[in-house]
Amino acid sequence: MNTKTPNGPLSPGNVFRRFFLLLGDFGLVFFQTLRNIFRKPLEKNIFLQQLEEVGVRSLPVVILTSAFGGLVFSLQTYVGFHRYVGPGSEAYGGPIISLGLCKEFIPILVGLMVSGRVGSAMAAEIGTMKITEQIDALYSLGADPNKYLVVPRTLACIFMLPCLTLFGDAIGITAGYFYNVVLMKVNGVVYLRNTLIYLELWDILSGLIKAAFFGLIIAIVGCWQGMKTEGGAKGVGKATTVTVVVASISILIVNFFLSKALPATLSQ
Amino acid sequence: MIRIENLHKSFGNNKVLLGINLKIEKGESMCIIGQSGSGKSVLIKHMIGLLKPDEGKIFIDGMEVTGLGEREWMSVRKKFGMLFQGAALFDSLTVGQNVRFGLERYTDYSDTHIDEIVRDSLEKVGLIGIEHLMPHELSGGMKKRVALARAIAYSPEIVLYDEPSTGIDPIRADAINDMIIMLKKEMKITSVVITHDIISAYKVSDRIAMLYQGKIIQTGSPEDIRHSDHPVIQQFIKGEAQGPIENW
Repeated sequence: MNTKTPNGPLSPGNVFRRFFLLLGDFGLVFFQTLRNIFRKPLEKNIFLQQLEEVGVRSLPVVILTSAFGGLVFSLQTYVGFHRYVGPGSEAYGGPIISLGLCKEFIPILVGLMVSGRVGSAMAAEIGTMKITEQIDALYSLGADPNKYLVVPRTLACIFMLPCLTLFGDAIGITAGYFYNVVLMKVNGVVYLRNTLIYLELWDILSGLIKAAFFGLIIAIVGCWQGMKTEGGAKGVGKATTVTVVVASISILIVNFFLSKALPATLSQ
Repeated sequence: MIRIENLHKSFGNNKVLLGINLKIEKGESMCIIGQSGSGKSVLIKHMIGLLKPDEGKIFIDGMEVTGLGEREWMSVRKKFGMLFQGAALFDSLTVGQNVRFGLERYTDYSDTHIDEIVRDSLEKVGLIGIEHLMPHELSGGMKKRVALARAIAYSPEIVLYDEPSTGIDPIRADAINDMIIMLKKEMKITSVVITHDIISAYKVSDRIAMLYQGKIIQTGSPEDIRHSDHPVIQQFIKGEAQGPIENW
């Protein structure tokens, strides 16, 4: 039911051909999913299961990485202000820490963590279904595998990644406050006042928009790799590895273009 | 009725089917035999639209289905039930949910009615009160029977059996054969059975077709096949290592 990528010697022509065939294969899953998202009915039970899988079960890893990410980011900001602006200026780091965390650091961190935890699991689960003929069984029983498997996972990722990012923002900003004010005895009032003055709602929102795109990437790459799995356990292993690599690299690349495309501020 | 005309299929350089011509009548039990890897599963996957032919035509009840799109195939597949080689039960669903899966998609029955059909279908294959179990809690034979219950639950006209006796002991295999015969008689189902188990083929089929080197080399009743003078068929049914079949 899917196109096969040709194997052969790694001549430049063959590499190009394989690249564009892969791109076409990915594009097919992507557009089928976008089309099926708007077709009723939604597989509600699977969607709810996936919300739990992607969101609730990812919370521990998001809490840990956001907390330590926030701490280390604050540490370096503190060092930077202390060294280049001078002692006493560290309290001005608050908005920079919050801005950096909300717009870049936390969405990327959450995206990478979820691609490792959830994207690989999607590829493994769907890949195992493929090699045990469960995907064929879906077709034979009147279900479209894209609608049954890919759409609920994609919607869950698009919905849950921003939620996790918002949660991670709160943890990261708190960790930054803790490092500066509690550990390094920076003036808490100035730190907080500067953060509240200079951090805009758009800074948080733009991070959430990015996270939704990252969710789309993770789900589509994971499901695409799962659906094209071949060759038993080795094939499943390959699908999970490729998912994590492709999704992680795509997140970093797409992040740059989104940072360029989204306005830096909405205030005049 | 299923009619296949000049069906060709290749995977890369591997030519699997090289011009298959086959006719299966309504209510008939047709068994397709052949070596492992000879393309039997590839052939039945074409009948249900899981694979698309490189060349040739397939007719189901007189309608050509070769060029149908995925949405059109969905309505054609309602006529089919399929028992997969490894059962292919959905791991994440219970036995009951597996059996009701097709019913929920192919019919508009109420939940209560679907529950009754699920119970009846499981009873037909000799399984009672196991709706709540997960597939990993079942033995190989039970999995095949649940898969059979799932395939017949929505009363399809045609059931495709892909190696129904593979991977289970001879006694359970014979029980599955009895079920295939019983379903054919009780539900007037057209059966297409893929197997390399010649004893099962003799038992369940009205006609047998032998697939060899991408072609059907002979079709006939079990008696015709048993007394065939084709050396390939004789070697296959006797299970001899020496003979014209070389690539094994």
